[in-house]
Amino acid sequence: MKKAIVILLLAVVGYSLAVTFADIKFGASRLGNIAEQENVGSFYLTETVKNLSVANVVTAIVVNYRGFDTLGEVTVLFLAASALGSILYRRRKEGEHEEMISKNSSQLLQSGAKLIFPAILVLGAYVFIHGHLTPGGGFQGGAIIATGFLLMFMSYKDYHVSHSVLMWVESLAGVLFVTVGFWGLITEQSFLQNTLAPGVVNDLVSGGIIPIIYIAVGFKVAAELTGVLETLLNFKSNK
Amino acid sequence: MVFNAIFLSILALILIAAALYAVMQKDLLYAVIATGIISLVLSVYFFIMQAPDVALTEAAIGIALTTIIFIITIRHTSRREDEIPVTKEPDRGDND
Repeated sequence: MKKAIVILLLAVVGYSLAVTFADIKFGASRLGNIAEQENVGSFYLTETVKNLSVANVVTAIVVNYRGFDTLGEVTVLFLAASALGSILYRRRKEGEHEEMISKNSSQLLQSGAKLIFPAILVLGAYVFIHGHLTPGGGFQGGAIIATGFLLMFMSYKDYHVSHSVLMWVESLAGVLFVTVGFWGLITEQSFLQNTLAPGVVNDLVSGGIIPIIYIAVGFKVAAELTGVLETLLNFKSNK
Repeated sequence: MVFNAIFLSILALILIAAALYAVMQKDLLYAVIATGIISLVLSVYFFIMQAPDVALTEAAIGIALTTIIFIITIRHTSRREDEIPVTKEPDRGDND
């Protein structure tokens, strides 16, 4: 009986998929020619460089044209991190830390981690500060910084990042994002409107509010992911 | 062009093999490492397909962070899929 229901369900799903995709020719371009003016892709490719002075079109779409969606994405990440924290966080006595890694790593790994950690931080900061010029942006830079902290957590058993510092960095970055959004609403017509001067293409300070928002997103993502790792590594089940 | 097609096909085969290995493997640690390999190959794929932004995200999150979070979870639960999971209530630290 159960099997029959599963097969029936699979058949229904397969039929609806087949009907949907039957009309589409395999390998045919559904977006049309990107050089034609009426296509949305062509609009982004020409207008971004002309009006916004942003070299990286992906960043311009993510932060400028679809800025509100990015705010939603950041909120999703924040909710996931706080849900994890609310499940796993234990109140500790002053100065007490549960150690998941029972002993320090080898000398080689410790020295290597110490050497490479600042370089990883600089790389992450570079990725999100240059989000509008080169590939990458706030999410990528924040994740790179979190991997740097992960390396330190794995190498040194008593390396800890203060939760209140992470909380402050994360909250201030979120507040900065929303403030920039409301600034656009107050001075112009819409939330997250690009109110600053776009500047010159390929300058570090160009693209109006895009670098500001991506720096805020970078700090926020880095703080959230580091907090997740810190919470997970310090969680101790009595297995 | 031909070289490119051959290279992409080899990458796709590695991708499928790693995915199948991750599904079949009963030892979850090996399965997690196989998913890390999937992320690595996918990241190369995204880069070749001219999406460096996505490739960066996949490299940082898929290879490093997700793998580590899964490994930590495996340390807290059981390593093999067919083992009986731990049913004991974890200490939440509420009794202080």
